[in-house]
Amino acid sequence: MAAPFKLDDDSVVVVIGSGAGGGTLATDLALKGIKVVCLEAGGRHEIEDFENDEWSNFSKISWLDPRTTSGSWRVARDFPGLPAWIVRAVGGSTIHWAGASLRFQEHEFKARTTYGEIAGANLLDWPVTLAEMEPWYEKAENRMGTTRTHGIPGLPGNNNYKVFEAGAKKLGYKTVSTGNMSINSQPRDGRGACQQIGFCFQGCKSGAKWSTLYSEIPKGEATGNLEVRPNSHVLKIEHDASGKVTAVVYADKSGTVQRQKARIVAVAGNSIETPRLLLNSASNQFPNGLANSSGQVGRNYMRHLTASVYAVFEKPVKMWRGTTMAGIIKDESVHDPKRGFAAGYEMETLSLGLPFMAAFLDPGGWGRSFTSAMDGYENMAGMWIVGEDMPQEKNGITLHATQKDKYGMPVPNVHFDDHPNDIAMRNHAWKQGAAVYDAVGAVRTFPTPPYPSTHNLGTCRMSANARDGVCNKYGQTHDVKNLFISDGSQFTSGASENPTLTIVALATRQAEYIAAEMGKKNI
Amino acid sequence: MTKRDELPAPDKKGLSRRNFLLTGTAAAIVVKGGAIFCPTEAWALEAQALKPTTLRTLIRMARDIYPHDRLADRFYAVAVKGFDTDAARDAGAKALVEEGIAGLDAKAKAAHGVGYADVGWEADRVAILKGMEKDSFFQKVRGTLVVSLYNQKEVWPLFGYEGESASKGGYINRGFNDIAWL
Ligand SMILES: Cc1cc2nc3c(=O)[nH]c(=O)nc-3n(C[C@H](O)[C@H](O)[C@H](O)COP(=O)(O)OP(=O)(O)OC[C@H]3O[C@@H](n4cnc5c(N)ncnc54)[C@H](O)[C@@H]3O)c2cc1C
Ligand code: SF4
Repeated sequence: MAAPFKLDDDSVVVVIGSGAGGGTLATDLALKGIKVVCLEAGGRHEIEDFENDEWSNFSKISWLDPRTTSGSWRVARDFPGLPAWIVRAVGGSTIHWAGASLRFQEHEFKARTTYGEIAGANLLDWPVTLAEMEPWYEKAENRMGTTRTHGIPGLPGNNNYKVFEAGAKKLGYKTVSTGNMSINSQPRDGRGACQQIGFCFQGCKSGAKWSTLYSEIPKGEATGNLEVRPNSHVLKIEHDASGKVTAVVYADKSGTVQRQKARIVAVAGNSIETPRLLLNSASNQFPNGLANSSGQVGRNYMRHLTASVYAVFEKPVKMWRGTTMAGIIKDESVHDPKRGFAAGYEMETLSLGLPFMAAFLDPGGWGRSFTSAMDGYENMAGMWIVGEDMPQEKNGITLHATQKDKYGMPVPNVHFDDHPNDIAMRNHAWKQGAAVYDAVGAVRTFPTPPYPSTHNLGTCRMSANARDGVCNKYGQTHDVKNLFISDGSQFTSGASENPTLTIVALATRQAEYIAAEMGKKNI
Repeated sequence: MTKRDELPAPDKKGLSRRNFLLTGTAAAIVVKGGAIFCPTEAWALEAQALKPTTLRTLIRMARDIYPHDRLADRFYAVAVKGFDTDAARDAGAKALVEEGIAGLDAKAKAAHGVGYADVGWEADRVAILKGMEKDSFFQKVRGTLVVSLYNQKEVWPLFGYEGESASKGGYINRGFNDIAWL
């Protein structure tokens, strides 16, 4: 039962984006009896539409609007028009995500205190602690059905995992397992168990993997309080003379501009579109963009260190069979400056199909060195590195001076320079990753550079002090009381864990806060 | 006289199947009229906008960029076919390829006295490509090929890749953890 709300209904909460942050927040608010309009730029594709075909599914639902890149990161050279891999559809990137769901560690919430002053890094402690977040992590794991929490068994290891685990153990690593995955290892919450299909990045055809598209939004819609409006691309957020936001302007499917009134606006467009929207909403009263008195909107962009290691063995592995990312080594996810860098990284199993492997193994590579690697595809194992990268003020999203999208809005430029700490960590991770595979007889290993960013973080960060960031510990912007940031843009630092569990935990907590503040008539 | 009718029909992708009388050792790909022919693999490709010799050289270049000895020429022909289609639509696209291939041939002639496709050793051809690696023509060809070659479902089995699995029930009962050599 979708609830159609009127454009001039100024009692609704408008949530922009329906991914991990937006989809969760919208559903939670609806469950609390609050009326919500969720505006989603992309279309609504249900499970039947997903294809076990990498390029085809990618072209169908990825965010392919023009973006530009700058900076010394390799992505700007290898994929200049595609800085990030983000989904544009109801459900957002939770359609393509792999399901790895890890809590941040206590010290990671205190990045500045733990790592100290690092030249060039704009480090700050989070205004929340792990202790404060624990109950919210608990709730998030329960709703997402995360394995190895709430008595849910771990997933079985596939071939890629078995190679990874054997290598890790030989090398002396202690914490290797199939991890905490928001993928059903047994039927739960009306969804079946993982069929080991192996196309987690293309949308789970069995529905075993958590996604706001089918695990959350329908529950919100069933209350009659939630209307998800697909093909609604938000262009601007408007405010009144008192500085409160009052409406959002969006282009509908036909490109016609509409205006939805709002009591509260929550932005969850992922960390490139969220700051872009605030910057594009500049006005006389907010000349540098909405909620940007700190000047931090769009800055401190983080994307996780990332790198991969692939290895070829004498015999077949067939790594593409089964869950894409159910495998983790946590031993390096500690802060141990003796390694030559601050913070740490996770190693996680990863496989790509043949078409994506060709594009991403060694972008730009060609000739026999490249093709002999591809010839070893069947005998390949692979892992991904997720490391904490340093927030840097100069890294971020700005509006392009001349280039406009089809709605006439300036396109975002994504600037990124690796910090020396990032480079030192990546080199360490490449070496350790290769050692894992060498330990079980790899004949050749490949230090693969970063892909377009799948973890986009930090561009509207939370801070205790209004001068250091964009929002407070509930994601409420320091400048505009009825404007919230509800996605990974809020992250004060990146930690070494995949971000989605934390995004969902924060959204759940934010829903509670918004409901309470509305009840008190504060917003 | 050899009949190669049993080859998988590549015509789905726009190559037409032909039967040939093979007389002696023909070059792998021959140009005749407005088309190129591959007698040994029994396919032909009609050039729409590009010169047939250009198409032939493109196929050679494609194999030199992504050399897989286990892949027949027809996969490379399918992979470059889009350049011809684009050239038919867009004069700029056509010029990029025609001029690029002309430049390639000029370099080959200067170094070896023959056109690129007729340079005998792969290493010599690769040396020419190395010298133009940064050019927009090379970038365009490589960037297109990396998708148009490896995204052909027909090549996947040759790499062992199994493709779509949902309709077969995934791998839960089909070997997701069948590794035996560890
Ligand atoms: C291949 C892949 C694998 C991943 N694997 C993992 C993993 O294993 N673990 C993990 O923790 N994370 C993973 N991630 C990352 C995870 O998907 C994201 O962190 C998470 O989805 C981000 O949530 P979000 O709400 O910020 O944005 P999204 O989920 O991306 O949702 C943003 C939504 O907002 C919409 N939108 C944007 N701008 C506008 C606008 N102006 N108007 C209207 N709508 C708009 C977009 O269309 C999109 O639907 C993966 C990502 C990818 C791509
Ligand atoms: S492997 Fe499991 S989680 Fe991944 S797509 Fe298949 S069924 Fe879904």
